[in-house]
Amino acid sequence: MSRYLLDKFLYTVDRDPELVERYRDDPAGTVAWWESEMANSILNCHGLEKSTWLAFTDHERDVLVRQDHIALFELGAHPFLTLTLFIAMFERDHGPLEYQIAFGQRLQHFDLPYPDIAT
Amino acid sequence: MATVAAVIASTHHPFYYRASTSTGAERPPFADEWQAKIEAFRETLTRAEPDVLVMVGSDHFHQLWLDNMPQFLVGKAPHYDANWYNEEREFGLPRFRLDGDEELSQHILRGGLDRDFDLAFSNELRIDHSITCPIITLRPDADLPIVPVYTNIFAPPLPQPKRFVQLGKAIREMVESWESDKRVAIIGTGHLSLELGGPRQFGEHGPDPEFDRKAVEWIANGDIEGCCGEVTLDSLHLPGNATHGFMDFMLMMGVAGEGVKADHVDSLDLFHTMEAYFTWYPEGALEMRLR
Repeated sequence: MSRYLLDKFLYTVDRDPELVERYRDDPAGTVAWWESEMANSILNCHGLEKSTWLAFTDHERDVLVRQDHIALFELGAHPFLTLTLFIAMFERDHGPLEYQIAFGQRLQHFDLPYPDIAT
Repeated sequence: MATVAAVIASTHHPFYYRASTSTGAERPPFADEWQAKIEAFRETLTRAEPDVLVMVGSDHFHQLWLDNMPQFLVGKAPHYDANWYNEEREFGLPRFRLDGDEELSQHILRGGLDRDFDLAFSNELRIDHSITCPIITLRPDADLPIVPVYTNIFAPPLPQPKRFVQLGKAIREMVESWESDKRVAIIGTGHLSLELGGPRQFGEHGPDPEFDRKAVEWIANGDIEGCCGEVTLDSLHLPGNATHGFMDFMLMMGVAGEGVKADHVDSLDLFHTMEAYFTWYPEGALEMRLR
């Protein structure tokens, strides 16, 4: 399981206004582009100094394409990253706090201990 | 030697700026009470007449990332730009710039290393709302130099709670041993019970009011022993999945000292979290101001 890579996707998309819109509008295209161009980029290094080994599992890729925040929680993606990015993409379609409350309600079936988020 | 002019601990609620600056129909019903409490809290810093602020907080995956994650980091830079695009987007926080006090940063780095804290440092640090929220609430003119201290409460594996208390004690000692005539306020922000991105988020109160009640009591009474007796890395999952931010309060209890009661204690039960505000004046700190 590449929990680190899921977090890296959420982190790099959330901090870039253009990528937030791109992921909202074209999830499959954005995930495919990101995995091929960004997944192995070391964030504070020159583009030629890349990693060589980072890839999503089929399930992880599918979860990101479906923008399934419940499955992300189950996989142990960092909940702060998921929440922040999903608010950025979808709060605008709802009334004040409506999206955030519904987001929590969709996770009601999780009991403690929650899925581990350590990377 | 420098004087610790005040020790201040609070929650950092990123919605305060928007709530307190909104008007008319946009202004939430709780904003007036919240603003009144913040203004009373701000006065506790103003009357301490600080020259420099040591600011303890935690980066929320802004500059610090999982490819190189420090446990404790001290900023050492002449200036700090503040707030990030996703904080503007979600909370409406303004961007601004604070000056740094490199001499005090250097003193804390050297002193920390010599006290067995292997502190990381940063010469170019863009700070986030864990530090800018208390600037907005306590010193909105943003006119004093700062020394940022970041802790990892966010990306496991985390340091043990006792380590936060120990670092707080060390920061107090280091400020008091700084060869300077400046008045230093030590300010730190964290959380009480908090859930983010989980099933208990955005409820009518914080996710665990009973934990919050106990936590306020521990902090207000400086009950480090009682707090450390109950709080572990595992136990902090129970009140809410982001409650490890309480360890920054534990750090501030270390700064304030074992058994030292806070001089100002206030709280506000908001939707989603319990807000809490504490100020300690070390003995003689206010009297020295009058010289």
